[in-house]
Amino acid sequence: MSMVLSEEQQMLKDMAAGFFSAKSPISEFRSLRDTGNTDGFSAALWQDMVDMGWASMPIPEAFDGLGFEFRGVGIVMEEAGRSLAASPMLSSVAMGVSALLLGGSDAQKTELLPKLASGARLVALAVDESGHHDPTQTAMVATQAGDGFRLHGRKRFVLDAARADHLIVVARTEGEAGSTTGLSLFLVDAQMPGVTVHPRAMVDCRSVGDVHFDLVEVTSSALVGDLHQGMGCLDAVLDRGRAALAAEMLGSMERAFELILAYLKERKQFGQAIGGFQALQHRAAKMFSDIEVCRSVVYEAFTSLDAGREDSAALVSMAKALVNDAFHNISNEGVQMFGGMGMTDECDMGFYLKRARVAEQTLGSSKFHRDRYAALNAF
Amino acid sequence: MTMRTPMPGDETVWGGRNAVFKNPDSELWLRRMAKKGWTAPTWPSEYGGGGLSMAEAQILSDEMARINARTPLISMGLWMMGPVLLEYGTEEQKREHLPGIVRGDIWWCQGYSEPNAGSDLAGLQTRAEDHGDHFVVNGQKVWTSHGDKADWIYALVRTNAEVKHAGITMLIFDMQTPGVSTRPIKLISGKSPFCETFFDDVRVPKSGIIGEVNGGWAVSNRLLQHERENVAADMFAAAKPVDLGILSKRYAGEKDGAIADPLLRHKLSALRMREDALQLTIKRIAEEAAAGGSAGAISSIIKFLGAELNKDRYEYFLELQGQQSLGWEGDGFTEEELETCREWLRSKGNSIEGGTTEINLNVIAKRVLGLR
Repeated sequence: MSMVLSEEQQMLKDMAAGFFSAKSPISEFRSLRDTGNTDGFSAALWQDMVDMGWASMPIPEAFDGLGFEFRGVGIVMEEAGRSLAASPMLSSVAMGVSALLLGGSDAQKTELLPKLASGARLVALAVDESGHHDPTQTAMVATQAGDGFRLHGRKRFVLDAARADHLIVVARTEGEAGSTTGLSLFLVDAQMPGVTVHPRAMVDCRSVGDVHFDLVEVTSSALVGDLHQGMGCLDAVLDRGRAALAAEMLGSMERAFELILAYLKERKQFGQAIGGFQALQHRAAKMFSDIEVCRSVVYEAFTSLDAGREDSAALVSMAKALVNDAFHNISNEGVQMFGGMGMTDECDMGFYLKRARVAEQTLGSSKFHRDRYAALNAF
Repeated sequence: MTMRTPMPGDETVWGGRNAVFKNPDSELWLRRMAKKGWTAPTWPSEYGGGGLSMAEAQILSDEMARINARTPLISMGLWMMGPVLLEYGTEEQKREHLPGIVRGDIWWCQGYSEPNAGSDLAGLQTRAEDHGDHFVVNGQKVWTSHGDKADWIYALVRTNAEVKHAGITMLIFDMQTPGVSTRPIKLISGKSPFCETFFDDVRVPKSGIIGEVNGGWAVSNRLLQHERENVAADMFAAAKPVDLGILSKRYAGEKDGAIADPLLRHKLSALRMREDALQLTIKRIAEEAAAGGSAGAISSIIKFLGAELNKDRYEYFLELQGQQSLGWEGDGFTEEELETCREWLRSKGNSIEGGTTEINLNVIAKRVLGLR
């Protein structure tokens, strides 16, 4: 079985569904925005999620984690996505933890993983340097200085930058922007001198920030994974993030579609429910199909990641590209089908539209992933 | 053994009384598979089937795919008539017809559409008059797949003209019965896989009723469901042999291991993703069925997605090969290019046959989503 949830996975899904509908309905997201929260998520909700054990899910038991398969993160993300519940699951649990697990030294893991498992710390991945996700374009440099390295450069759109205690920074130790080799990863304390965070107010109200590194000195023990050969580890970390984000987006579009469907049945014009009109019915049927197809691919992507299969990179790119396109369309159709209501701030559909576009660009647009998928399939 | 190589279109095994095996290995392969009942793995062994559970059948299918084994028999009997007989047939009908389907001895065709009953199938007019122990059938069917070669037909006929859906009965009978005649229809592709079928005072014994008299609509809906699932699966089976990546590099050039034209490359990437995603979804339906869940709602999306995908696939071929793919016959074109042109034209039927894309979307909107 790969695309059908096991009993244990289904239990987690049901538990997460109950949790988010009780603790974080979409009204919570609205009030988070209206109260001017700059963290991008509710600290109380995150604490509840930590108490559920979700921060420690992919962390092995040896480091105080639950040692659950990575798919667990996807299951929680899908349910969180339904009500647009914001949390550091993507930045810290899916990517930060993965970076340490896949590339971290024993000292780094022993020091940090238990603190991440308990929710005491957050770690964010700093990779992009422009508005388009493309790790090979990394220009930020890390030059060898004495026993350590000196980091200099700027990262943009770093997820949860303002709240992160630690950053995993992708920098170039060799070669030029555009090259797949010569990248290295560094674990940096966000409080270090020379590190400054500049929050950005995004349309979806999630927390991202630019992070500037001004001649930041780190020791060689800050290196995560191999020197110059960080791309392999980075790609594996990013793929876990991309899969987790695709799962979140799947949940968001499922919920957006439920709202659309309910409105089509409720809204009356010309003396009948507008859902009776074939012009809308066929579009609704296509949205339903897109969601089901996306679900197959997202679930299979998690199976392939957990099994360490060779085709996991292609599956993740496929999942992100297809989910991008489907959520893009559903969020547009949502506004259109809600009509004038869809244009109002009072209607939740606008939240899904805004989140759809930001999520689409995060960790790879469809163009990026189609390109990657072609390369992975040797064409 | 050639049975582990991709099947050329002209080696398709249809079975039947006058079965043709262009490749002699095909006959041996069919006999061996049929002996184990593995042409119909999940049918009960008392009717010649394999007697396997859904999970076991999935393993068999995975293993066959792993060794690139060919499908031994392409048959509407296996896909449609058999499953319906298992559900609605009498014990006698099952014993008479199922083993022949498993062995590929009888080629079945379908008599559904009529000149004035296409998407509105229930408007069919072919009459069956009750003459005591038999019916007398008069009328015309159209789009009968291989009607000129098939041995038996399952047909929808009108047994009550007063009501629409509740006046339809499903009958099965031998195509050699006096009064049955066929005429091939030439398609835009130049080929003639379909026929018009005429019934002129055809005597059909009442043992040929499937289910109840006037109860044929429910039976046919069940059958169409099997058809929609299998049309998609079949399109994939046929589409597999060509590696579009390699073909694209051949026609569009190669640069650093990639298709030289970035626009074509992106188009192919999007197409391949849709293809892989649909295949995964078909697999998910099988997994959910094996896990004992119901996948009915998902099944309804497969037919139209597969049809639209296959049409787009051939449009991609044309864009890739340009005028070279638009040859009709003769020198100046490879056999492959000429076949592409014919298959491109044939693919237009994918979203028309077995329920148009529009009808499929209606079904999803109304039955699955509850929009009305």
